[in-house]
Amino acid sequence: MKSKWLITGLIPLVLLMLVLGWVFKNGAGVERDPAAPIEVLNVDQIKIVPSGFELDVSNTGPESLTLSQVIVDDSVWNFSMTPDTTLNRFDDAKVTINYPWVEGDPHTILLISENGIIIEATIDAATLTPEFSWDNVLNYGFIGFYVGIVPITLGLLWYPFMKRLKKSWINAILALTVGLLLFLFFGTLFDGFEIGAEAPSVFQGNMVVIISTVLSFLLLIGFDQYQQQRQKRNGYSPLGIALLMATGIGLHNFGEGLAIGSSFALGEAALGTFLIIGFTLHNITEGIGIAAPLLNTKPKISQFVLLGTIAGAPAILGTWFGGFIFSPIWGAVFLGMGAGAILQVIFVISKMLMEDHKKNNEPFVSWMNFTGFTLGILIMYFTAFFVKF
Amino acid sequence: MSEKKISRRDILKIGTTGALGIAGSIYLNKIAPLSKVVHAEAHNHSTNHTIMHDSTKTEGYKMAERLLTEFDYGKVTKLPNGQTLREYKIAAVDKEIEIANGIKFPGWTYNGTIPGPTFRCTEGDLLRFQFSNQGSHPHSIHFHGIHPPEMDGLAPIAPGQSFTYEFEAKPYGLQLYHCHVLPLARHIHKGLYGNFIIDPKTPREPAFELNMVMNAFDLDLDGANEFYTVNGYAFAFMNHPIKVKKDELVRIYLSNLTEFDLLNSFHLHANYFTYIPTGRNDNPAQYTDTIMQCQGERGIIEVRFPYKGRYMFHAHVSEFAELGWMGFFEVE
Repeated sequence: MKSKWLITGLIPLVLLMLVLGWVFKNGAGVERDPAAPIEVLNVDQIKIVPSGFELDVSNTGPESLTLSQVIVDDSVWNFSMTPDTTLNRFDDAKVTINYPWVEGDPHTILLISENGIIIEATIDAATLTPEFSWDNVLNYGFIGFYVGIVPITLGLLWYPFMKRLKKSWINAILALTVGLLLFLFFGTLFDGFEIGAEAPSVFQGNMVVIISTVLSFLLLIGFDQYQQQRQKRNGYSPLGIALLMATGIGLHNFGEGLAIGSSFALGEAALGTFLIIGFTLHNITEGIGIAAPLLNTKPKISQFVLLGTIAGAPAILGTWFGGFIFSPIWGAVFLGMGAGAILQVIFVISKMLMEDHKKNNEPFVSWMNFTGFTLGILIMYFTAFFVKF
Repeated sequence: MSEKKISRRDILKIGTTGALGIAGSIYLNKIAPLSKVVHAEAHNHSTNHTIMHDSTKTEGYKMAERLLTEFDYGKVTKLPNGQTLREYKIAAVDKEIEIANGIKFPGWTYNGTIPGPTFRCTEGDLLRFQFSNQGSHPHSIHFHGIHPPEMDGLAPIAPGQSFTYEFEAKPYGLQLYHCHVLPLARHIHKGLYGNFIIDPKTPREPAFELNMVMNAFDLDLDGANEFYTVNGYAFAFMNHPIKVKKDELVRIYLSNLTEFDLLNSFHLHANYFTYIPTGRNDNPAQYTDTIMQCQGERGIIEVRFPYKGRYMFHAHVSEFAELGWMGFFEVE
């Protein structure tokens, strides 16, 4: 009886193997060669070194590919390639081009395959790619510090001021937090899509962002519900919410660090100072958001330090990651996770606000809350002017 | 153009300072990690002209070398009236051509090369070109010169069909031939062209004779060429210099069939040459080291090299030169 049942499960599998075997051996009967050879070479990273360019490339097309010529700025140029000029599917290689590049100038590199397919790599403004050195680690760490730790800490310092506010004001601040989180959620998502689009198309970067967002959201909700069941309590502990929010914002800041680190590495962000001040202003509200759920409790200083570190320190990690080992697909994963975590916090705070107002028979969308929410979004929107260009 | 060139980076910097001007920027500048300036002079490159050195004799190179000195005089018979009859066989075939080391170009060719064979005859000969179209598109042969309009090659010959072009060779000079089926740019750019020499009845002074067709290839069909060559192979005579003897007369039959660019040019280093436009001795000649040709223009270059050594020649459009149209004469 049981074996029969097992066999019914196996029959489709066996048939599938037979069909696949037949197709491999005899072809699918669909005889149509592509009109032109399909070759996809992905330029993963362009490193600018004193002697020229080093490109990390990978073959993400359906067939193997041979690189035959390199043209730099309308001039055929010598190149070397390790391990080999022929790349099988998913093979990686390093292309080294000795070239007298000019600081600050744009350069265009054309990689031409045997079949005449041209892959273009552009450098917007040539500048030495930062090498891994302790000096640079420190420099990048500083950027992360200004973008992450400083604003979060400053935001948290508003805690004693906010604590003396009336309850309706506290709820309005929570609504403000929802507003700014909503802004962060979409911002993180868009950043994720932008970075995901740079990843080789075979990895479907945008889908990776969505998968990470949905999974991290569901995972956090599920984990939360499991905790509540075990501890036989209802609702959320304020510190728990603050921790969750710090985690979500931390991942978001990781993404921001990533963007800053990689644009520095690509020589695109010569506006370092301006950008850093912008991010500091932009991120100050994140500290307020994290402090908001704690207004009804008496948190310890150490807890503030913990929250600040969780939310701010990932910016440092992000700049390192973006500056030294940037990979678009991992960027997409992290930003997706950040968006999911932020969405979960929005969900939790909104629910908490709703329940609180329901208990007191007040409307949830009061004028105070609406104003707070709007202010939250607008503050984020306008301070973002400093970091978008 | 006397204004100082400002780099993009400078503009970014200027923009920043202007927009910002906030206190603290000086302090923060210290932490911006990439403010150090890298000087291009410090780079160590080999930018002499040996960078493209590659001595392998690839298929593409062999084709270019063969076209340099090979002339097709046809099958010669005498007609009863004493006139010389030359019969040529010419087939249009689709063929992949190596146009630079390792780069394949899906060409349309006459007899399997780009450019096609160099036909040669003497003024007054009767010429018969037995053309068979073995390609995938209609093609034709349009000869330059003086002939009856029905032999002008405007009528497309369908794939699988044949046609014989018959006319008397005149006037003497350097002519061309190419496909004249629409769309013209596509048919020419794909490779259907070549030189066609009609020698004068009084022979020219004996010389070491070379055939050069300047052309280019657009790989991604965006209307701009990626590679420029003579005789169809980038850097052919850069890596394998053309060997000539000191003081010997060298005669180059030079034509331009570059598509998409308005002009091509020929420049010889360390020497001067006589340029005879269209190969007509009755045209005013030039004594120079640089000439230019528009598409379809051609002429004869006559030169002697007074010293031993390597003489570079290339298009004086630097872009073309660096994209393949560059070579050497090695004088011994």
